[in-house]
Amino acid sequence: MFDFLEGYDLLGAFWVTVQLTVLSGIGSLVLGTVLAAMRVSPVPLMRSFGTVYVNVVRNIPLTVIIVFSSLGLADVFGMTLGAADDFEAKYFRLAVFGLSAYTAAFVCEAVRSGINTVPVGQAEAARAIGLSFTQVLSNVVLPQAFRSVVGPLTNVLIALTKNTTVAAAIGVAEAALLMKEMIENEAQLVLISAIFAFGFVVLTLPTGLILGWVGKRVAVKR
Amino acid sequence: MKLRKVTAASATVLALALSATACGSDSGKDTGSGDGGDKKITVGIKYDQPGLGLKTPDGFTGFDVDVAKYVAKELGYAEGDIEFKETKSADRETALARGDVDFITATYSITDERKQKVDFAGPYLLAHQDLLIRADDNVTKGEDLNGKKLCSVVGSTSAQNVKKDFAPKAQLQEVGTYSECLNGLQSGAVDALTTDDSILAGYAAQEQYKGKFKLAGLKLSNENYGIGVKKGDKEMVDKINAALEKMVKDKAWNKAVTDNFGPANYKNEPAPEIGNIVK
Amino acid sequence: MTSVLYDAPGPRAKRRNIVYTAVFLVLLALGIWWVLSVMADHGQLEWSLWKPFTQSAAWTTYLLPGLANTLKAAALAMVIALPLGAIFGIARLSDHRSVRVPAGVVVEFFRAIPVLLLMLFANELYSRYTNISSDLRPLYAVVTGLVLYNASVLAEVVRAGILSLPKGQSEAAKAIGLRKGQTMTSILLPQSVTAMLPALVSQLVVIVKDTALGGAVLAFAELLNARSTLSAFYANVIPSFVVVALIYIVLNLILTTFASWLERRLRRAKKSSGAVLTAPGGAEEPVAEPGVGKNDDGRAV
Repeated sequence: MFDFLEGYDLLGAFWVTVQLTVLSGIGSLVLGTVLAAMRVSPVPLMRSFGTVYVNVVRNIPLTVIIVFSSLGLADVFGMTLGAADDFEAKYFRLAVFGLSAYTAAFVCEAVRSGINTVPVGQAEAARAIGLSFTQVLSNVVLPQAFRSVVGPLTNVLIALTKNTTVAAAIGVAEAALLMKEMIENEAQLVLISAIFAFGFVVLTLPTGLILGWVGKRVAVKR
Repeated sequence: MKLRKVTAASATVLALALSATACGSDSGKDTGSGDGGDKKITVGIKYDQPGLGLKTPDGFTGFDVDVAKYVAKELGYAEGDIEFKETKSADRETALARGDVDFITATYSITDERKQKVDFAGPYLLAHQDLLIRADDNVTKGEDLNGKKLCSVVGSTSAQNVKKDFAPKAQLQEVGTYSECLNGLQSGAVDALTTDDSILAGYAAQEQYKGKFKLAGLKLSNENYGIGVKKGDKEMVDKINAALEKMVKDKAWNKAVTDNFGPANYKNEPAPEIGNIVK
Repeated sequence: MTSVLYDAPGPRAKRRNIVYTAVFLVLLALGIWWVLSVMADHGQLEWSLWKPFTQSAAWTTYLLPGLANTLKAAALAMVIALPLGAIFGIARLSDHRSVRVPAGVVVEFFRAIPVLLLMLFANELYSRYTNISSDLRPLYAVVTGLVLYNASVLAEVVRAGILSLPKGQSEAAKAIGLRKGQTMTSILLPQSVTAMLPALVSQLVVIVKDTALGGAVLAFAELLNARSTLSAFYANVIPSFVVVALIYIVLNLILTTFASWLERRLRRAKKSSGAVLTAPGGAEEPVAEPGVGKNDDGRAV
């Protein structure tokens, strides 16, 4: 019944999806946290930069960003991310770049909302014992913020997992591209689609459940 | 009361948005019901190939477009009655089978495989697969491409042919349309763009790229452009063939060639004989 | 809120902030200068590449028809997804397990699947088994994918909207002898609609953004796809991307601004019943439960 699967590297494609998710997840977490710090910093210029970044990036379709990474950054400006001669690596890295830049805007908003859940008294107490802004943020506020922000960040991560499919638009051999190829060449349209759908359910459902549990565990009880 | 007003206001906004977009939707009406009763004829072309089929603010231009106009005229349609539709490479057979278009002039090479699904009139042009490279680059044979970076469109066979026959170690970037390869070629992200020389000549001659690219002149294959017609429509094939013969005879074919390929300095093959498919 | 993270700046802090500002300004200026110089190096600042956008031809031939298709697909998707979403949202609140559970499974299933997969599936399905003409098929496929995904998202919005109403509303309805259906249609739904409006408008932002997928993968002739045709003629990749991105930004900012205006207005107008659902402004995974994941009102612009 499943002999149509022969010749297709299903697991390989989903492995690329996972790699895209993990690498972009890390990239966007770092960039998004920096942006969030900027948005609450005492320097007005940094605040406006963070605000502009978030409002610009989250209003552009991810597809536009990804396609631009390929046709604009790579083809016109010659940005190859250290993989000029290896197309597979090049487009993979471009996709990670685009996904990170895009997802960072949402991470930033999630972290910032987390910062806002930390009671004012915490920051005030920290300031009262003489901590500077950087110390208040990194030692007192952010650790608490991250604990309360696991839920929203999980949503961002799940959205990111699904968004990796957009990399198909620039030919990264992940799950959606393989599905496109398979349903064009094989007869079992519904079955193939169901397999891929199931694959994504398998990827996103445990993420939600596990991180949901983690979120409850680490949440600051108030 | 206030709440109701807000609801009403947003309902109005939504309704306005809908009616505004609805206005735009009429243009895509389906007129592909064959060439008998109605007065319109629908022709499938490419939208992004300078010299062959290009959508410009002043209408459609290119050799395919001129051929389509001539044939339509011979079939009894005024120029205003022709409706052009974009038929991307992957969509051509289905568009004909469903009657979405009456015939297709879209760099449509006659192959045995396609002949099983559609009928062809013509050929009306003989082209060859070739490479577009940077003006300062040199490729003299297909094997030179080993280890180089090729660009082609998704679903095109020309790049696969090159990989299979000449350069198994070439890398392949696949994009949506050929025009998207050009910037990569210019910046060095890819080394060659491969498809029919007739198409490539148009890009090489495009004003913005003048002097930057050249054709390698390799003639890697023979591409006989035919006019695709719905399978089994013998009458239409005959009519179009007659029109094509007449087009060559009264020199309109030559004029179309000079008009469209002249600026590109494309050395075209002489007008092919109807039914003579060069393997 | 943010100001609690640091003291009101004294003279030293003020000086330090000025230094930081100056340093950041220099970095920013360097960054902008670098971007511009890279663009200049690659000839992307030449006026001939940008000039088409000052003329009407580029707009009427390529961009506006593309934008019209984007809006058409988005509007269709919203209009079809909304009632579907309402049905599933209400079904998930049903007292009957046999209704609640299947509805929940359907909603969770479609929320877990990338919208691109749904579009690809719909496109191939229509191509094989229907007679939809090949130039309309991408629109149908895009709208189908968007409807399946967004109906399930909207189901959650509707559910959250209804749950956000105070319990007293349905208790009072019960007390005056309304049946369950009546309670829903004449008490709960009308009130929750106003609570949901901001979330609905900002879901439109997500829908608008997702239409671009159809352009890139299914050759649906929307704005991003029109850019490609445009740039085949004018040979201006970077300028065309910049202009298209700007169009998306303006369009979506209008929608988000409208959404937060609605939200503020409704918050003010609303005293009696439950919360106003937040407008998460283009967030990918909006409104899960009432009150969770709320953006604060620090939204600039």
